[in-house]
Amino acid sequence: MQDIVGQFAGIIRAAAEDKVPLRIRSGGSKDFYGNRIPGQNDRVLDASTYAGIVDYERTELVLTARAGTRLADLETELRKHGQMMAFEPPYFGSTATLGGCVATGLSGPRRASAGAVRDFVLGVRMLDGRGDDLRFGGQVMKNVAGYDVSRLMTGSMGTLGLLLEVSLKVLPLPAMEITLHMAMKEAEAIERMNRWAAKPLPVSATCFCDGGLAVRLSGAEPAVRAAHAKLGGDEIDDGGVFWESVREQSHSFFQSGKPLWRLSIKSTAPPLPLPGKQLMEWGGALRWWADETGIDAGVAREIAKAAGGHATLFRGHESCADVFHPLEPAMMTIQRRLKEKFDPMGILNPGRMYPQY
Amino acid sequence: MNSLELATRLRTFLPPDAVLHETEDLRPYECDGLSAYRQAPMIVALPQTEGEVIEVLKACHAAKTPVVARGAGTGLSGGALPHAEGVLLSLAKLKRILEIDPVARSARVQPGVRNLAISEAAAPYGLYYAPDPSSQIACSIGGNVAENSGGVHCLKYGLTVHNILKLRVVTIAGEILEIGGECLDSPGYDLLALMTGSEGMLGVVTEVTVKLLPRPEKAQVVMVAFDDIRKAADAVANVIGAGIIPAGMEMMDKITARAVEEYVHAGYNLDAAAILLCESDGTVEEVVEEIRRIDEIMNKSGATEIITSRDEAERLKFWAGRKAAFPAAGRVSPDYYCMDGTIPRNKLAQVLSGIEALSVEYGLRCMNVFHAGDGNLHPLILYDANKTGELEMTEKFGAKILQMCIQAGGTITGEHGVGIEKINQMCSQFKPGELEMFHAVKAAFDPEGLLNPGKAVPTLRRCAEHGAMHVHRGEEKFPELPRF
Ligand SMILES: Cc1cc2nc3c(=O)[nH]c(=O)nc-3n(C[C@H](O)[C@H](O)[C@H](O)COP(=O)(O)OP(=O)(O)OC[C@H]3O[C@@H](n4cnc5c(N)ncnc54)[C@H](O)[C@@H]3O)c2cc1C
Ligand SMILES: Cc1cc2nc3c(=O)[nH]c(=O)nc-3n(C[C@H](O)[C@H](O)[C@H](O)COP(=O)(O)OP(=O)(O)OC[C@H]3O[C@@H](n4cnc5c(N)ncnc54)[C@H](O)[C@@H]3O)c2cc1C
Repeated sequence: MQDIVGQFAGIIRAAAEDKVPLRIRSGGSKDFYGNRIPGQNDRVLDASTYAGIVDYERTELVLTARAGTRLADLETELRKHGQMMAFEPPYFGSTATLGGCVATGLSGPRRASAGAVRDFVLGVRMLDGRGDDLRFGGQVMKNVAGYDVSRLMTGSMGTLGLLLEVSLKVLPLPAMEITLHMAMKEAEAIERMNRWAAKPLPVSATCFCDGGLAVRLSGAEPAVRAAHAKLGGDEIDDGGVFWESVREQSHSFFQSGKPLWRLSIKSTAPPLPLPGKQLMEWGGALRWWADETGIDAGVAREIAKAAGGHATLFRGHESCADVFHPLEPAMMTIQRRLKEKFDPMGILNPGRMYPQY
Repeated sequence: MNSLELATRLRTFLPPDAVLHETEDLRPYECDGLSAYRQAPMIVALPQTEGEVIEVLKACHAAKTPVVARGAGTGLSGGALPHAEGVLLSLAKLKRILEIDPVARSARVQPGVRNLAISEAAAPYGLYYAPDPSSQIACSIGGNVAENSGGVHCLKYGLTVHNILKLRVVTIAGEILEIGGECLDSPGYDLLALMTGSEGMLGVVTEVTVKLLPRPEKAQVVMVAFDDIRKAADAVANVIGAGIIPAGMEMMDKITARAVEEYVHAGYNLDAAAILLCESDGTVEEVVEEIRRIDEIMNKSGATEIITSRDEAERLKFWAGRKAAFPAAGRVSPDYYCMDGTIPRNKLAQVLSGIEALSVEYGLRCMNVFHAGDGNLHPLILYDANKTGELEMTEKFGAKILQMCIQAGGTITGEHGVGIEKINQMCSQFKPGELEMFHAVKAAFDPEGLLNPGKAVPTLRRCAEHGAMHVHRGEEKFPELPRF
């Protein structure tokens, strides 16, 4: 395995020397995501070969694996031991890897209650844009030695370095999960989800779409039953299938073929004044919007900003350079400088996040 | 610019009594909670608004004068130790709670607000701010962000980094950065995580939006005694192995339990080799079920005594003992030195016997308090600063403990930060390339290196002089040689 690291480092060094961009790719399941860069001359670095679990001890609640490990393999192993990645990562394809999951920083339905990928990343081993092999963070839960580079890597879309290994905090699977369904209007759903979140209730996921609110309760059986009695609603049979369809975007809402916007906003924001259909998750803090009218990106961004957040053009965009919400100038300056520190020649996935880096 | 010139410059926008530079006025700012290190600053500035903070930073930036931010000064690693030729920037006067949003469950506060004051303000809405460092009545939220502070409930509820949404930060150049947001993620790199735990090296925090959580319906704690510390460590693993994440899981060794018992009469078993406090919280149904299971596991793990708190008063009494561990150390010894390493829990027995051996070797007593759920150790080395050489011995003892933590695959600091105290040990934990990357990260925010210079990350030159070698998880240079 160490020779693979040597090969990766060689590829990065050669690219830095030739000043030729590298496209880091693992499963390719998220090729759709982020800015498209024309770059026919790009070289592809396939990181999926560096795979396998390095260390996993159930009672430590820590798992370390190589970045090319498939998410499916990780989840199978965790499940065997009654544990899970609590951020419920989306796969978007069976080839999805840990590296891609951490690099894109995307979390699934449990995010609002359990936390995001970044909340569970404890440490990374990585190659920077010079091909240097570096480790940050560690395999323990509490660690404040040095800046938190591991969380900085999370969601950086492969622009700061190649992830080699990641240590994650893992959690026990809940003893029981049920999904409730109740019919209501959007505004009422927003009000209720926020009210529930302010109460000690075992709500682990919410999804509102087409006049129906789905609520998942997770925990010890007596607690789940008691919460069901408090919240009301009908228990549905195939809850697991439903949440997977939301997480993997196979739910009918996502099949419109129209550009898909992801608006991450304040959970209490009232229904957004956007034409067409929306699907709401995370207790109101995540709104998906299928744009049927070809609205100006600026309008969607204004609406997200007014609602306390930001908008991402998630899917269905042509080659474009403004997938992510623009940054304020002072913020852009710092982010660009960080990119220069990690990748001085600007060869790692340039432009995938912002055209400026 | 000399001190008088800079003080005059600062007084053009700060009231006269908000700029201190007479020797006797500077004295209270000489040290933080790590009082073995003392240094008077050139000037203390006490701004009251973000606008004034910006002006102070701009003035210092123009004068190329170092700036050290200070919250409540309870830090235990010398992070807020002043710079002799610098300005100590106290955020203590920025202490307003700006907004509580009970529906969105967040609070927007100034950096000087005390940790506990946030939970007190949120209490009428049934909400609270989860991270609860033992210093919570005194420490500031700005300091908590700078150190990524934790508390006894962080295994379940997370550290500061998991409980904040947004920061306003002023750079050394006086520019405002809005980091994070009212939503659950933000575009670009995750600077919210990078700022958390950055020890005042990257920017000055002027506003923090924290998450508030609903107060659990019920909480109950089980106090468990063991006749062997190894059994206690196994019990912790057994609880977690059974799929339970306790709200708190703390361990104390015999000498700590005794010191604490004499001090606060928490009702601890004095014959026990180790005391474990294990808390469950949640809905009534959850707690009843979880406490039943914990009880069963503790029994199977060989507990010699198990007492479940009957009411809130008893729960608080059990916790009062743990929370009083540091002051109790102060009662049994003129001075104590608090260490903060974290290790994988399965190395506990090994590291504790190592500490015991060192305690004999150095002839210094050591109390062990331990955030058992997440592997964060707080050995308290007892010493007497008035005895010549004892502080030096203590520091050597402490350094060896940290070295052991690194060798066990852990880290030199779980929550107190590197500051000035553990700067040499950073050379052992990180390789030169990693340290250089830390310097590069700092340079992205503070190219001239004016914020808290000399802290948190050692220069490579310092590491060379210190002679420390990088140790990576047991891969030592001469593994065949006995270590202790
Ligand atoms: C419902 C759903 C929603 C999703 N939402 C998002 C979203 O909002 N944003 C998002 O980014 N992803 C999203 N994803 C994708 C997903 O979370 C991860 O991106 C995926 O697991 C990565 O898969 P992959 O290994 O095939 O990555 P790839 O598609 O191969 O790569 C994804 C990105 O990660 C980088 N990368 C891959 N491996 C490494 C490595 N070893 N080191 C450094 N960088 C690396 C690549 O350069 C690329 O930028 C979503 C998935 C689903 C199912
Ligand atoms: C008895 C006792 C018990 C303790 N228990 C715990 C515990 O359980 N858990 C724990 O984690 N810690 C604990 N601590 C350590 C300490 O309380 C924390 O580190 C706390 O967060 C420090 O806050 P402060 O306001 O006192 O910061 P200070 O000591 O004033 O400063 C700490 C660091 O933060 C920087 N800083 C302060 N304010 C700002 C700002 N606004 N912007 C940028 N940088 C800033 C300073 O430059 C310095 O580097 C304990 C300390 C004591 C004395």
